[in-house]
Amino acid sequence: MKLRTLTLGLLSASALALAAHAESITIATVNNGDMVRMQKLTDDFTKANPDIQLNWVTLEENVLRERVTTDIATKGGQYDVMTIGTYEVPIWAKQSWLLPLDKLGDDYDVKDIIPAIAGGLSVDGKLYAAPFYGESSFVMYRKDLMEKAGLKMPDAPTWDFIKQAADKMTDRANGVNGVCLRGKAGWGENMAFLTAMSNSFGARWFDENWKPQFDQPEWKNTLQFYVDLMKADGPEGASSNGFNENLALFQQGKCGMWIDATVAASFVSDPKASKVADKVGYALAPDTGLGKRGNWLWAWSLAVPAGTKKADAAEKFVSWATSKHYAELVASKEGWANVPPGTRTSLYNNPEYQKAAPFAKMTLDSINAADPTHPTVKPVPYVGVQFVAIPEFQGLGTTVGQLFSAALAGQSSVDDALKQAQDAATAAMTEGGYIK
Amino acid sequence: MARAVTTQHKTIATAAAWIVALLIFFPILYTIITSFKSEQEAIQGFALIPSGTTESYSEVQAQSGYFKFFLNSVILSVGSTVLALLIAVPAAWSMAFSPTKRTKDILMWMLSTKMMPAVAVLFPIYLIFRDTGLLDSRIGLTVMLMLINLPIVVWMLYTYFREIPGEILEAARMDGASLWNEIIYVLTPMAVPGIASTMLLNIILAWNEAFWTIRLTTTDAAPLTAFISSFSSPQGLFWAKLSAASTLAIAPILIMGWFSQKQLVRGLTFGAVK
Repeated sequence: MKLRTLTLGLLSASALALAAHAESITIATVNNGDMVRMQKLTDDFTKANPDIQLNWVTLEENVLRERVTTDIATKGGQYDVMTIGTYEVPIWAKQSWLLPLDKLGDDYDVKDIIPAIAGGLSVDGKLYAAPFYGESSFVMYRKDLMEKAGLKMPDAPTWDFIKQAADKMTDRANGVNGVCLRGKAGWGENMAFLTAMSNSFGARWFDENWKPQFDQPEWKNTLQFYVDLMKADGPEGASSNGFNENLALFQQGKCGMWIDATVAASFVSDPKASKVADKVGYALAPDTGLGKRGNWLWAWSLAVPAGTKKADAAEKFVSWATSKHYAELVASKEGWANVPPGTRTSLYNNPEYQKAAPFAKMTLDSINAADPTHPTVKPVPYVGVQFVAIPEFQGLGTTVGQLFSAALAGQSSVDDALKQAQDAATAAMTEGGYIK
Repeated sequence: MARAVTTQHKTIATAAAWIVALLIFFPILYTIITSFKSEQEAIQGFALIPSGTTESYSEVQAQSGYFKFFLNSVILSVGSTVLALLIAVPAAWSMAFSPTKRTKDILMWMLSTKMMPAVAVLFPIYLIFRDTGLLDSRIGLTVMLMLINLPIVVWMLYTYFREIPGEILEAARMDGASLWNEIIYVLTPMAVPGIASTMLLNIILAWNEAFWTIRLTTTDAAPLTAFISSFSSPQGLFWAKLSAASTLAIAPILIMGWFSQKQLVRGLTFGAVK
């Protein structure tokens, strides 16, 4: 009896000692399918690194952004790994809020990261965040409806073609809208789409001297085209539709075309969720022949904040979650179609992935067609395709998004919306000290 | 005739009360209904009859363990309430029974702190929590929740205590009761309905508090508010899962409210009719 007690005591003591020795890192993330999958697969990491425990904090995107900003600005040290996007990385890296990722390991193969994505996550040639999944935007369309309309979608359509096809596909009596586009106000909602679209119309947010450009004809052409297109061929109440609302409409067969994130391809082609899974075709985002397409570039990425006390363990985790090994792990457990897309060139060269994901080539082409460092036809002083990587953009982008959403809803005219956007942008830029 | 009118009035009043109650309860009811829909059904539009699937519940449970968050909610709401009562009972006693010229001003000042938007003090509070090592700790959050609800607790108790005749306390004093005896053996038993309803209301307020509980916690002290907020997704359908998480989060407090509604109503209307 005594021996048993002693053994139990020793065992508990050693367990406690092990637990005390184990380092725990806290990872802040959003509730996206790929992130949730990663949380389920972390046994693979903890088996290889028994001295590191993982704690997850999953938050709504805007709350996450606010929380990590608070924490990082005050060096609170609450998080050791943060999920952030291509908007935050250049700003935060310049503020020295992030640690450069230079210890990702010998077999990590940094050069395998798709150059457009790596460019968006680097400052002065140093990588400050590792992409977990990357996305651009493209056209998803109903092949059957396109055929019925007597048209053939080119691989690289123009906006005029989109308008023509949308007009022909619209069949309101049967609940089919020619085109579904984002209308919900927000810098990451309608403004992501409209900013990318404006690039293809030759517009830009600011000129080289940070003067707002909403009073220029390119913006008028963009917004007028968008509002007219949506009025003629868009769904009812489009001004409150974001990614999720349009996803539901498309999956139910209520959209002829949908221009949105490439990551949506896996949702619309999933037979369990989509009524039109076998009828979807893909094409590059439209252009107007000016040399830029209306597609964006985004990567949910893992970064290590400068305030962490566990930088080594954090970087080890980042390396694991964004490695080739992780892609293989997901493929072995859940199939190649579920591997996080848009980060590594090797994935797109993999024949098994190409077979499992018919949208693979178009996704890669879309990502490669976006250049965050030269996003517009005319030169600009900023980085970012569907955003302007300055701290003021979150607030300003949402304000302008509300004005444009109101124009779509018919509450104001295109001219009024643009005038107010110009005033708001001028005020914000003056306050921020960009212009005098 | 007069009798008929009274009955008619009664019927109208009852119907109106039911309609108002239903309107107030409807968002909760619809959340519960949505939790039994599939994600596709949930986003399709307004429908009162769900398909009855429980897949959202299993997914929510599989994704994050409910119990840990639940336990934190219980500890934080009960802990902060007990702490608030310990401070508020003596404070309300002194203001009710030995008021000074400035008592009203102090009460108003306390209430005015509730008028300030919480976000205005986010950074100072965050820095204090960081420097004292209280971030993501139950102790820190218990104190925080106690502080934000304290003005309401003091106000409610002050209102109840004012209804108790001061002569009874004087009589106790004449019989030789000390200050503490007076509070514990005379005042408290008489104010039990008031204290109980204050306690219940404070537990509900602390349970539902979502600004500080989300911003000052990460994993160890995160309560059910953090649990709910983790189910909203920027890319992917989530209404059904979010509704299931919300239903799980509000169920305990709803059940508690149901069983204690008598005390709650009695406490809240205490002194309303003279």
